[in-house]
Amino acid sequence: MNIWEIIVITLIKILIVFTLLLLTVSYLVYFERKISAWAQNRIGPNRTGWKGALQPFADVGKLLLKEDIVPVNASKVVHTLAPVIALFVAFTTFAVIPIGPDIKLFGYNIQLVAADVNIGILYVLALTSLGVYAITFAGWSSGSKYSLLGGIRSSAQMISYEISMGFSVAGVLLLAGSLRPYDIVYSQSGWLWNAVIQPIGFITFFVSAFAETNRLPFDLPEAEPELVGGYHTEYSSMKFASFFLAEYANMIISGALIVTLYLGGWHFPWLESFGLAPWLVVAIQILTFIFKLAFILFFFMWVRWSIPRFRYDQLMNLGWKVMFPLSLLNLVWVAIVVMYIKP
Amino acid sequence: MTTIPIEYYLVLSAFMFITGVIGVLIRRNAIIVFMCIELMLNSANLSLVTFSSYMGNSIGQVFVFFVMTVAAAEAAIGLAIIIALFRNKMTLNIDEVNIMKW
Amino acid sequence: MNLEIILFILFSVIAAASAVIMITRANPIISALFLVLNFACLAGLYLLLNAQFIAVTQIIVYAGAIMVLFLFVIMLLRPEHDLTLQKKSKIKFMAAAAGIFVFAQLVYIIFFFSPNASQKTSVQSSINSGTIEQIGTAIFTKYVIPFEAAGYLLLAAAIGALVLAKKKFE
Repeated sequence: MNIWEIIVITLIKILIVFTLLLLTVSYLVYFERKISAWAQNRIGPNRTGWKGALQPFADVGKLLLKEDIVPVNASKVVHTLAPVIALFVAFTTFAVIPIGPDIKLFGYNIQLVAADVNIGILYVLALTSLGVYAITFAGWSSGSKYSLLGGIRSSAQMISYEISMGFSVAGVLLLAGSLRPYDIVYSQSGWLWNAVIQPIGFITFFVSAFAETNRLPFDLPEAEPELVGGYHTEYSSMKFASFFLAEYANMIISGALIVTLYLGGWHFPWLESFGLAPWLVVAIQILTFIFKLAFILFFFMWVRWSIPRFRYDQLMNLGWKVMFPLSLLNLVWVAIVVMYIKP
Repeated sequence: MTTIPIEYYLVLSAFMFITGVIGVLIRRNAIIVFMCIELMLNSANLSLVTFSSYMGNSIGQVFVFFVMTVAAAEAAIGLAIIIALFRNKMTLNIDEVNIMKW
Repeated sequence: MNLEIILFILFSVIAAASAVIMITRANPIISALFLVLNFACLAGLYLLLNAQFIAVTQIIVYAGAIMVLFLFVIMLLRPEHDLTLQKKSKIKFMAAAAGIFVFAQLVYIIFFFSPNASQKTSVQSSINSGTIEQIGTAIFTKYVIPFEAAGYLLLAAAIGALVLAKKKFE
């Protein structure tokens, strides 16, 4: 394979991932509304298309046609830059997450990941740490006190939970002995997933993922009753839609990360013993990944409509006094497993 | 090893260092002076990584790791001092902070 | 022209330009923004130099932690624009002249006393030197005492920052 073939294949992969991500994000909004309706005993969107299936496109159309309002005391450049950063971070993180084993297509051996980097997990952590900028800039540049308060709250929250997130990931890395997402998935083949070996780390990572994506019960940055709309109070039209898209794309990425790091990626227990054709095995494995991801996303929404919002001091106490020590404890436990239990 | 001569990286590093020095000399805002110091640290990091990579020896990169640690500690302390300064004097202009001058 | 040279020119020009813009803007937020851009370009240059671990650490530590701290302080204090930038052109001129002089000296030294023109290693050993395995081995064996000392330094800095920035309650 020469360099041009690699570049073309990678570009095709990026295009496919990007399109799928955009489509999934718009349908996630639809499912969010349907699930909230289910949780609250309502019907939800049901007018546009069959059972409201075309609702996402109607929403996008509406947002595109709206007027783009920039406040008078806003700093124009930074105000525009913030949603761009949010979208950039949300969409580039997916580049290193593998969704299946290698496949053979037209004589090429194709990896089902846009970039197989051997420091993949660090890359993800680096990009999530850049996500703080979007919210901080959005809060500051709007020139409104609600936005500023929302931005500051949210960056403090994200920085606090990044620590327990990092320590939980360290446990996984210790067990896999590599930073490459592929190796991490292969290290948990069969049913011995990381969620089974290190349940505490799984829980701390899960909770941190909620906090990092600003989902309820941790959606303090946009707590409507207190802050009107948080950091995106002053955003409208497509800029608001960018934040919206970025939030849901972040949800998908956290879900995919949880599946890759803790739920064994595309592994289906004892699939090898059924003696199926190779292409069927690969198809089942990809479907397994998508099913796990869908379940995590459903869980995200389920929690959103079941648990009330935390108070800010409770959030910080939970982050620093519960999640951080627990993730350290998990690291010690994994070290014991690596030293004495695992051969 | 690569097609780019090592001198180019070093000139870039020198340029960034000098920019940082000029910034410290001409600016009076304490936060910006502090950012110029970070810029100088980074230019030193660049030359360390360059030498390390061109010599095939990872010790230079270990040094950069330590420099980053120290820079993080320095940023925390320095910004705490700046906050304390602002609280007491309501200014960040380092020319007006001359109470220790004789 | 191969890809490496194109990327080098791109990253180095942006890095140099953003450094200059950083020291000439009156608004501290804009300065901080350009410093972040500069750090991102440096991370790109580190990747060109096969230092992948340092490149990612650069983003995590500098862009993700240190500059966020700076932005926080700038936003919370909301300092006035640095108006002294326009005044005192004499100091500015002197500083620029001294800077250019020293820069010329450095360039002279770099080009005429070529540091290690003879010490060129293979691409493979350069790639190996930047991997996380090599750096980790060096940190946890030969440099374990400095590593521990750095840990204590961070602890001391965290406590010191808390003590310094805490509000005094009377």
